[in-house]
Amino acid sequence: MAIRRGRGVAAVNYPTGMNLGGDPSQALVHSTPTGNFMVTLSSVDLGQGLKQVMAQICAETIGVKTEQVIIDTADTDTGPHCMGTFASRGTHRIGNAVIQAAKEARQVMLEVAAEALEVDAGDLETDGEGNIHVKGAPQKSISIFDTALMAHFKLGRSISGRGMFLVPRSYPEVETGAMKPSTCYAHACTVAEVDVDDETGEVTVVSIKNVFEIGRALNPKMVEQQLVGGSWMGISHALYETTEPYYPARDHAGTDFNEYLMPGPGDIAPTEIVVLERPAEDGPYGAKGPGEMCANPQIPALANAIFDAVGVRIDMMPITPERILRALKEQRATAH
Amino acid sequence: MKLAKDYFADQRTEELKELGQGLQRSDVPGHVTGKTSYFADRTFPGMLCLRMVRSPHHHARIRSVDLSEAERHPGVHRILTHKDIPHNLYTILILIQVGPEDEHVLAEDKVRWKGEAVVAVLADSEWAANEAAAKVRIDYEVLPSVLDIDAALAPDAPIVNEHHGQNHYMYDSGPSRKVRYGDVEKGFAEADHILEQTYYSSPIEQAPMETTGCIVTPDGNDRFTCYTNTQAMFFTLDNTSIILQMPGHKLHMVGGTVGGGFGGKVDVTVEPIAILAAKLTGRPVSFIYSRYEEMQVSSPRAAEKIVLKDGVMNDGHIVARQVWGYTDAGAYSRHSPYGAQKGAAHYPGPYTIPNVWVDTWCVYTNRTPSSAMRGFGVTIADFALEVQMDKLARLIGMDPLEFRFINAYRDGDMKAHRQPTTGAALIECMQEASRVASWPVAEKYMQMSSYKGG
Repeated sequence: MAIRRGRGVAAVNYPTGMNLGGDPSQALVHSTPTGNFMVTLSSVDLGQGLKQVMAQICAETIGVKTEQVIIDTADTDTGPHCMGTFASRGTHRIGNAVIQAAKEARQVMLEVAAEALEVDAGDLETDGEGNIHVKGAPQKSISIFDTALMAHFKLGRSISGRGMFLVPRSYPEVETGAMKPSTCYAHACTVAEVDVDDETGEVTVVSIKNVFEIGRALNPKMVEQQLVGGSWMGISHALYETTEPYYPARDHAGTDFNEYLMPGPGDIAPTEIVVLERPAEDGPYGAKGPGEMCANPQIPALANAIFDAVGVRIDMMPITPERILRALKEQRATAH
Repeated sequence: MKLAKDYFADQRTEELKELGQGLQRSDVPGHVTGKTSYFADRTFPGMLCLRMVRSPHHHARIRSVDLSEAERHPGVHRILTHKDIPHNLYTILILIQVGPEDEHVLAEDKVRWKGEAVVAVLADSEWAANEAAAKVRIDYEVLPSVLDIDAALAPDAPIVNEHHGQNHYMYDSGPSRKVRYGDVEKGFAEADHILEQTYYSSPIEQAPMETTGCIVTPDGNDRFTCYTNTQAMFFTLDNTSIILQMPGHKLHMVGGTVGGGFGGKVDVTVEPIAILAAKLTGRPVSFIYSRYEEMQVSSPRAAEKIVLKDGVMNDGHIVARQVWGYTDAGAYSRHSPYGAQKGAAHYPGPYTIPNVWVDTWCVYTNRTPSSAMRGFGVTIADFALEVQMDKLARLIGMDPLEFRFINAYRDGDMKAHRQPTTGAALIECMQEASRVASWPVAEKYMQMSSYKGG
């Protein structure tokens, strides 16, 4: 009886969005009288930071600081339609809608500034610090603050924009299954290292090394929080979680967090994450949706590592100590 | 976390100012100091608590429902049954024309899973609602049930859901969503080895910290405001509008920060009945799942059964992949017909295989309806695919990582569902994994590229 070490690998891809049902999201953007910007949505922030990334996308597009953008969302009386927060679609679909709305608002903003500066709007650019100036002549400038005031109080213009992003519904071809179920794909490769106690069946995750390709990382800190959390969830699925440990029997069901097992602080595996960025052609500033993908490759990587360690295949999730022990027993029985 | 900037540097041409920066989330100070408010932080004078009476049986006929004792219980305001629901038979994906309607908001003649809602009790307090719910007397005639995929598809299995007529969803393509590409039989005939394996998963729970729920206020103008933690505001509004036969302009959904979803808050299970209760009582109503309900009543990720049959050559090329994927939807569709179909497009994984044959099924059993969860239609498929890849590599005596390089898709490769590959990056992910995990592969694989012809 011994602790045996093993290593396993898995590689996956993951689709962004849900075009098999039609996949729209819309956004509205407008400026306040003093040149701050409101983004109005009906999208839901599940805690992953949707509001923050939308603020950064809007700020980037209009040419202001992120702190000047306020996100008003998740209210059906004010926000335009969003299909929902699922299918790794939030950043991609809603981000694209915000870009379109912000571009339209930016255009009006530049037209107002052009009138103030008596130049062509096409000759203007933003400096990202709150000013608009003539390309190549930074001294000829007006602040966005003054531009917004002028639009509101002198010119009677609305610095605002409408944005929509729709991936039309794809209907699978009946005989061949030809379909376009999603747009861009995120990618991952995970290497897992485990110690398996062949006396108790217990698995200790020695290390998890994840490589994720997610398009552009729009906010690397938020990317990290999502990828680390996802990686933990993948380990949890592989080794711990089920509502019914003896599926299909419905007894022994966990009813709270005492009975429904997940890795606790003491079980967290040393986790390494590397991010590759291949911009998606249709993504907002190249972003893809990594939200779901990041919890998948750990599961087969761990299953393969356990086989590498003790030579048994557990082809049913979750891979519990009980299942490993039973398989080891069977292995020993056939060996003799 | 490391950003490996060497890869795809030629494709990142845009100069970014606000993006690409790890700015602190503006909502985080509120989260970590306990100041963020969630839907359930609201209280309103006179608010009633809704508690469901649920089926204790997997499958049963309802002979009678006796509310008399429960109605007399102190604090009880009203008890709702199926007769109170304007359009009781619904299915959420009807919004995208995926029918038939197959589920009752409150059970009528039958219950089809242990935990199905039968009667809704409204009382002044949670305590009173729970006590009164225990006094609802329902007489059941227990019926034979099926609890797993194989039992459900057996020829003489009891029918789980009469609205489907058989124990699987019927697609326009028949009992399964099909993908047919090349000729798998020809591929198998040419293969040096054939490996057929079966993979299983048990249901799992999304396990958000905040349970599913909503609070509804009648606004006095025949409109209703519903504070909800749904993941999809209009999806919920439009389904509620159908179920309550109430025009959409009377409904106002307000979300906010949700305490975790992971797909578990995409179903529409609390809002319609709570809004109806507010309408019928004229009082604010709160309907929030207990932790027990979140764990055992809210839809989990489906159990799946996946059979993979592969033909592989000694040089490492996979020449044929056949897949039978079965999703255990439980008693009702919810989002499962969609998830099973999404799975069909996901096979054969991120690999270029000339001959592919996929059938994915959405199967009905007398279990808690399953529905969306992070990785819907894909997570379990990836488990099966990637364990199978490991087995195939070992079968032909090849390094598992090198075996994946040989089969990895690249830009321009045609996928089985007949979409050309674009933006591939699997090869580069594996190259970097080889580096960070010190898992060496032959130099020719480190020279490969996902670009066309690479």
